[in-house]
Amino acid sequence: MSQPDLASLPPAAFTDLAALSARRSARWRPGLAKERGRTLHSEVFASSNEAAGVAAALALAFDDWRHVPADGAQDGRAVLWVQTKDAARLAGRPYRAGLPKDLQGRVVHVLADKAEDALFALEEGLQCRDLAFVIGEVAGNPRALDFTASRRLSLASEKCGVPLYLLRLDAARDLSSARMRWDVTSAPSPAPLRNAQAPGRPIWRAELFRARGHAPGEWLLHEDGGKLRAVRERTADNDAQATNWTVGLQRRRLSHRA
Amino acid sequence: MSGGEGAEGPARRILSLWLPALALDRWRLDAPEAGRGLDAGPLVLIADTAHGPRIEAVNGHAAREGVRAGMMLADARTLCPQLATAGFDPAGDGALLQALAIWAQRWGPWSAMDAPDGLLVDVTAVAHLFGGEEALLQDVHARFRARGLAIRSAIAPTAGAAWALAHYGPDRAIVERDIGRALSGLPVAALRLEPATLTVLRRLGLKRIGQVAEIGRDALQRRFRTRKSLAANPLIRLDQLLGHKPEPMLPVIARIAPLAQRRLMEPIRHRELLDQVVGDLAADMARLLESKGLGARRLELALWRVDAEVAVRHLEMAAPSRDPAHICRLFAARLDDVDAGFGIEMLRLRAVWTEPLALEQGDIEAGADRPGTSLATCIDRLSARLGARAISRPVPFASHIPERAQRWHPPLEPEPSSQGLLEFHARPLKMLDKPEHIAVLYATPDGYPQRFRWRGGVHEVVRVEGPERIAPEWWRERGSARLRDYYRIEDGEGRRYWIYRQGILGDGRGGAPDWFLQGLCA
Repeated sequence: MSQPDLASLPPAAFTDLAALSARRSARWRPGLAKERGRTLHSEVFASSNEAAGVAAALALAFDDWRHVPADGAQDGRAVLWVQTKDAARLAGRPYRAGLPKDLQGRVVHVLADKAEDALFALEEGLQCRDLAFVIGEVAGNPRALDFTASRRLSLASEKCGVPLYLLRLDAARDLSSARMRWDVTSAPSPAPLRNAQAPGRPIWRAELFRARGHAPGEWLLHEDGGKLRAVRERTADNDAQATNWTVGLQRRRLSHRA
Repeated sequence: MSGGEGAEGPARRILSLWLPALALDRWRLDAPEAGRGLDAGPLVLIADTAHGPRIEAVNGHAAREGVRAGMMLADARTLCPQLATAGFDPAGDGALLQALAIWAQRWGPWSAMDAPDGLLVDVTAVAHLFGGEEALLQDVHARFRARGLAIRSAIAPTAGAAWALAHYGPDRAIVERDIGRALSGLPVAALRLEPATLTVLRRLGLKRIGQVAEIGRDALQRRFRTRKSLAANPLIRLDQLLGHKPEPMLPVIARIAPLAQRRLMEPIRHRELLDQVVGDLAADMARLLESKGLGARRLELALWRVDAEVAVRHLEMAAPSRDPAHICRLFAARLDDVDAGFGIEMLRLRAVWTEPLALEQGDIEAGADRPGTSLATCIDRLSARLGARAISRPVPFASHIPERAQRWHPPLEPEPSSQGLLEFHARPLKMLDKPEHIAVLYATPDGYPQRFRWRGGVHEVVRVEGPERIAPEWWRERGSARLRDYYRIEDGEGRRYWIYRQGILGDGRGGAPDWFLQGLCA
């Protein structure tokens, strides 16, 4: 490939390109793990009255997992699923026959009495190299799960590279060091082809309200043929958020240079 | 009838030993004055039953007075008022028999217990080491006499034949081939049959093995076709005796649990010192296990205190391991509640359950490349703090009822085989522990709810699929159990649930059917 003559381009092209690439990179999208690496600590806020949070967390986990080139030996690794007793009572326990096919034989389930025990189990799980990822379910805002605890989880996750997806059921958005924080609810599903009366394939409305390295946004997530698809709901609010975020980024760059 | 497989190759040689007076011999070994004291007169060993003491074993003097094993002591006392008694200890006899089974491996590489009072030793191709089979039997008798145990013995190509000869044949019998003819004169009790079957045979006029063998297979098959148990079916027993049917037996294998022990000069009362000693023991144990190529699954740590109290802590691991650091870490959580009292003077670590664990070369690069613990280590640590029941794995179970179709097993256990699920059975992602009752506010004519209340919120059903009817398991549940009609629904906000109606109106098993919500769909 020949190098294009950069000098011949007008200077405005560079700024546009930079803005565009900044804007592109600012957006989260499925499969981003291939370029940027996995997000190791995510939190998903959801209601305990629906399974949308768990389903979306699993979908995100699988998306990251598929897009990170892993050696063959790692493929059969187990998945640790930690629940507090409260969370299991409110939102139920995983049901093997309803889990995604890839996951059915690999779940190791931990039922913890208290949030402290669940955090211990999560941290032990994050230090285990034989796990593909760890899912935690904690109900409400327990005192044990403060910023220090979430920072501990982030560090443990980064140390061994095991991603954590922590489900916060019926919780307020408290302080946390999670790299990505989602708020997930169910969305009306499209009608299936054969039986228009039946519920269609699952679809979730996911709001990324805080993330390191991404602009916040809102998507409709669904899985299609083993791949995660995200459709953006185009609203003026969404675009404005992204632009603002890029502006902030540029300002930061300027201040760096100065 | 031919003598079995002898024509085809070298037959097996099984040595059967019968200790006719095992209980009494053991009592005499324990009693200081053999042949004198109680044993000089009529003596019986008694066991307590619901109907009073029953005689289990009798000595020669008592037998001459007419006392027999199986009598009640009160009846025997009328025959022989001066009868002396001692306790009968079947567990002790079993332990002695087990020890003897291992000891008997001096005559052959493989031995099995033939409870309650016999042993079987495989002496195939080893008789020449003792100078022939007669010499081997002489050696056996001499050794047992030296231990003060009376025996009868026999060698035959099958375990059944050897047993029959030892119990009912001439002493020190050796049968080479043609078992059928050699044993035809023995009573039918030599077939190892239960009393009820012996009674049937006696009433049929069959007293000898030869008579049973002569009347033909078809007749025996027809008469005893409903008897499936070995001890009740003379045909199976006859086939085993003649070697036509294999007879599996459990060999006794001596196992020594690896053990590390520390006696301390000075009793320890502090936790730091205790951890130090436990660390030393774990290192000893690791060396011991490594030399045998084993890994521990269950460890038992016993702490002897100065005042003769013993504290015992158990540890079970998900996968065989001999890593001292791992063992120490797991024990650390268990030692918190140990009361040292005046101090601990001895510690003993025993690997009660071990599994083979090959030596492996530590790979420095791999360890640096992938930091972290292994799954087994992680599970051990979790179960040490949360309890073994807290960690489990869902496995399928053969049942139609959704909550029964999944069971929780310990992790790392092999998965039980199961039939695959049908693809069109959509199942929810999460299942509530207990189905929750929903109040139907408005039902459609089709039968499913249009609007219902669950957990204080009102849900409007927009989409529905069903019903999937799941009938109760009539072979297990009571007759009043009601069927379930499952529906997969989606409400106005897109929340997807799995609900069911218990029973149908007019099924005669209760009033108006109730609705329940059981699963949350993705």
